[in-house]
Amino acid sequence: MKRAGFTTHWLPILLLMPQLSIIIVFFYWPAAEAVQSSFYLEDPFGFGSTFVGLENYTDLAGNAEYRRIAWFTVIFTALVTFFSLALALLLAVKADKVIRGARSYRTLIMWVYAVAPPVAGFVGVMLFNQSWGPLTRAFQSLGHDFVLGVNYSDTAFAMVLVSVWKQVPVNFIFFLSGLQSIPKSVREAALIDNRSASGRFWDVTFPLLAPTGFFLLIINITYALFDTFGVIDTLVKGEPGNNPMTLVYKVYVDGFRGNDLGGSSAQSVILMVLVLALTVFQFRLVERRIHYT
Amino acid sequence: MAQVSLNSIRKVYPNGFEAVTPSSFDIKDGEFVVLVGPSGCGKSTLLRMIAGLEDITSGDLHIAGRQVNHVDPADRDIAMVFQNYALYPHMTVRRNIGYGLKNRKTPKAEIDRKVEEAAALLNLSDYLDRKPSQLSGGQRQRVAMGRAIVRDPALFLFDEPLSNLDAKLRNQMRIEIKALQKRLGVTSIYVTHDQVEAMTMADRIVVLNAGRIEQIGTPSEIYHSPASTFVASFMGAPPMNLVQAQFQDGAVRLPCGTAVLDAPTSRRGPITLGIRPEDVRLGQGQTAFDVHLVEELGAHRLLHGQIAGQPFTAHVVKDTIASPGAHVVDLPRAALALFDTQTGARL
Ligand SMILES: Nc1ncnc2c1ncn2[C@@H]1O[C@H](COP(=O)(O)OP(=O)(O)OP(=O)(O)O)[C@@H](O)[C@H]1O
Ligand SMILES: [Mg+2]
Repeated sequence: MKRAGFTTHWLPILLLMPQLSIIIVFFYWPAAEAVQSSFYLEDPFGFGSTFVGLENYTDLAGNAEYRRIAWFTVIFTALVTFFSLALALLLAVKADKVIRGARSYRTLIMWVYAVAPPVAGFVGVMLFNQSWGPLTRAFQSLGHDFVLGVNYSDTAFAMVLVSVWKQVPVNFIFFLSGLQSIPKSVREAALIDNRSASGRFWDVTFPLLAPTGFFLLIINITYALFDTFGVIDTLVKGEPGNNPMTLVYKVYVDGFRGNDLGGSSAQSVILMVLVLALTVFQFRLVERRIHYT
Repeated sequence: MAQVSLNSIRKVYPNGFEAVTPSSFDIKDGEFVVLVGPSGCGKSTLLRMIAGLEDITSGDLHIAGRQVNHVDPADRDIAMVFQNYALYPHMTVRRNIGYGLKNRKTPKAEIDRKVEEAAALLNLSDYLDRKPSQLSGGQRQRVAMGRAIVRDPALFLFDEPLSNLDAKLRNQMRIEIKALQKRLGVTSIYVTHDQVEAMTMADRIVVLNAGRIEQIGTPSEIYHSPASTFVASFMGAPPMNLVQAQFQDGAVRLPCGTAVLDAPTSRRGPITLGIRPEDVRLGQGQTAFDVHLVEELGAHRLLHGQIAGQPFTAHVVKDTIASPGAHVVDLPRAALALFDTQTGARL
């Protein structure tokens, strides 16, 4: 590809300004603030702050509740990621069989992408409505009194289920387009080489979906870690009480409910480092290994 | 015994389009049959029905004496080479070639031996541990061949396997494939729209037109006695000259009145005359040939022009002196073919 060159340094900087200023104002600046305040102990009533060095971090390391929540976050993320990916893949493979070539179907299913996330989240919450939610009733008929927002494991179950419910359509679309981009002749060659459908799936289809799958894995981990905030907030209704929560929600609870800005900032910094690590990991692996062209 | 036998095989696509009208032919053991025809005539459809990749709407298909209409592609004992090679991009050359064997419960040691053998035969030994993306077009083509021969199937199916290669490589691979097929003696069906490939590779050619078989015959039969104007104009480069003429006063006459052939006086009406450009004799006879363009091809020349107002081409050897202008040609009787103008069928 031919590279176009700029004769001065000013034009490119000027062109980048709008984007850069948004990033700086809404990301770098608050991030820097967070890093800074993570070294201070803020007075809960807003009367100044004291420099405490790494104390906010060492406090976290020694805090049993923080470790418990971190552990829950790991399990929650693993479950949400696994089930979101597995269900979406299953559905995509089934859908792919039906709509191969039929464009009208594909457009129909694409709409799911635009509509699904907010609506699905809302519907998911409805499912657990205390008085008339169908899932609550189903549990009742099984002899289990499902109490969302009070019972720890019930709430955890609902959190996982609604989060998965919300993410499946997104994964589904990606998997489906991944499946449809596998050349027809490669599938046909496999049809001649291997009589077993499951053998063909694991030997040919699945590895060819690996780039999509890996991309989605990172997206889903990020989703489960951070973007489930809304789901959790809806389910626990801002009443942490005895309910499970993830690290991101804990940042909010400590910072805005507990007014512990220093501790909360330290938690955000830890999460930022986590995102950074994930991103680096993604670039390294995606760029280098999983590519077949 | 017929190795492959098609009995009134017909294909109607779900949208109602009849891509192949009921077609029947038999292929002998070890024979190399080429399906040729213009784009969209149903060659691939026919081949894919034989492979089992497309349902057969009606008719009977037998491979090695067994009816296989409803047998899975993997169980038909066939191997197919696709136009775009269809290699598994995530597998090495070794695994690509061995994949079909692995699924047929062949012992590991035997797979290894067969893969090495096939690779040696195709000059691929140095590339066994590469991925397809690290190979040239010609090498990928060979891997696709390797994948087919390693299985030792009853039938090879090729769907325009050379059309993605450049002209030089195409000529070379054409010869290699033919040699390989002779050596292995495997019955083969080869689809192409390139009539040079068809002529040079085939033991027998099946010419298809709009889902219908126009003619089945050896390359020489197809070339020298085409069964219809379609075959005459499709096979050969340049194709056979087709000139409209009339039965008149006991002779076949060109519109200018020149008699080219005696005929029973009872016959009347239009007729189409066919003659291959290389059978035309320049400078003899009395048919006027108006040359517009001389095409220099090194070993020979092509003279393009008109006879009686209709396009006409003559082929002359390299040292014939010819320039645009008025010439005379002789159309030897023995070389003339007569076709029904309406139906295009040979008379
Ligand atoms: N799935 C399908 N549904 C409907 N019509 C089809 C389908 N596949 C092919 N056809 C039609 O059937 C006819 C024959 O197609 P086919 O692919 O066999 O042609 P072909 O001879 O192989 O042509 P080419 O040389 O271009 O490959 C074409 O007119 C094509 O449009
Ligand atoms: Mg074709």
